[in-house]
Amino acid sequence: MSKFKKKKSGDLPPVSTASLPDIVFMLLFFFMVATVMRQDELMIKNTLPQANQVEKLADNSKLVYIYIGKPSENYQKMHGTNEVVQLGDKISSVSQVRTFIDTKRNDMPENIQDEMMVSLKVDKDSKVGILTDVKQELRDAMALKINYTASQGDPMKNLNN
Amino acid sequence: MARRSAPEVNAGSMADIAFLLLIFFLVTTTIEVDSGIASKLPPPVDEVDPPPIKKKNIFQVLVNQNNQLLVNVGEEDKAVPTEIDQLTDMAVAFLDNGGGTEPRNACNYCQGEGDPNLSDNPEKAVISLLNDRQASYSMYITVTNELVRAYTILRNREAKRLYNETYESMVKRLEDWPSTDQDTPEYEQLDEKIKEIRELFPRNLSEAEPQNRE
Repeated sequence: MSKFKKKKSGDLPPVSTASLPDIVFMLLFFFMVATVMRQDELMIKNTLPQANQVEKLADNSKLVYIYIGKPSENYQKMHGTNEVVQLGDKISSVSQVRTFIDTKRNDMPENIQDEMMVSLKVDKDSKVGILTDVKQELRDAMALKINYTASQGDPMKNLNN
Repeated sequence: MARRSAPEVNAGSMADIAFLLLIFFLVTTTIEVDSGIASKLPPPVDEVDPPPIKKKNIFQVLVNQNNQLLVNVGEEDKAVPTEIDQLTDMAVAFLDNGGGTEPRNACNYCQGEGDPNLSDNPEKAVISLLNDRQASYSMYITVTNELVRAYTILRNREAKRLYNETYESMVKRLEDWPSTDQDTPEYEQLDEKIKEIRELFPRNLSEAEPQNRE
C-alpha cells in the first residue's frame, strides 16, 4: 500500500499568479472606459478656477468647449502673450466664435440642438474682458446656455495667488 | 517514444505587459472636469427698453481692475467697499429681506428684517454684477460663486422647512436617479419640488451690459 502513498513535502505550494494578469486587465479596462481622452489639444494655459456651487455638466454630445487663456510658451511667438480664444484645436479670434458655434450646432442631431451648452474653460489668470467679448458673441449666436467650468474646491483659494 | 505534451507558455510576464498598458493609460488620460457654474445669457439686445426696476430691488456688485469690490444695495445711493467673505451674507440679507408691505408684493416666507430700503421680495430682487474688463477671471468666478451660494443657502432653508431635506441633497438625488426609471411618479414629484423651491428664490443674477466694446 505504501506504493500509492503520495509524497508529501512540508513547504507550502507557491501561490498561483496566473490570475494576476486578469486582475490587471480588469483595472486596465476600467481605466480605459472611465477616462475620457481630451478632444482638443490645448495651445493655451488652462488652469481652471475652483468653485463650490458647481453643477454637473450636460452630456458630452451636447457640449461645446471654448477655451480662453494665455498662449503657452511654444505659441507665444505667433500669438503674443495676451489672452486668446481657442476654438476646437486652433487659436482663433473672438469674431470666429459665432461661426464655430453655428458649425457645432449643425453637427448635432436635430433633437438636441436646443439643449446645446457651451462650456467656457477659462484660465484663472486671465482677465474678464475677453470673456465678456466671447459672451457677447455667444448671445449673437443664440447659444445662451453656458457654463463656467470649474473644479470642485474652495473658491477663496483662487484669490490667494 | 514517449508522448510529450506541448510545453506550457510562460504567462508570468503577462502581468508586466498589462501593468505597462495600465500605467500608460493612467498617465495619458485626463479625467474631464464635468462640473461648473451654470448660467444663462440674455438674448441679444433689442431696442425695447427693459422694464424699470425699483432701485430698492437692486443689489449691485462692482468689481474694479484691482479686483476690489464695491456693493451698492437698495435705496440708498451709497456704494460700500466690501470684502469678498461678507458678500454672501449681504446678498442673503438683501434677498431674504421681504420689505414688501402691499399684499401683492409681500413675501410670506422671508425671514429678513423687512427693511423698507431693501428688496420687496425674492422674486423682484435682482443682483447685478458689473466687472471691469481688467478684473481677473478668478475674482469673477469667486464673486459669482459667492452670489450663487447666497441663493443656495436660502433655497436650502426653504427646502428644509417645506420638505425636511436640503435643496442640495434633493438636487443630488435627482441627478443620481437611475436613468431607467425616470418616469416614475416619485421622480416627477422630486422634480416638481425642486422647481417649486427654485421659484421661491429665483436666481435673478444679471450681468450689466458691457459699456464700451472696442
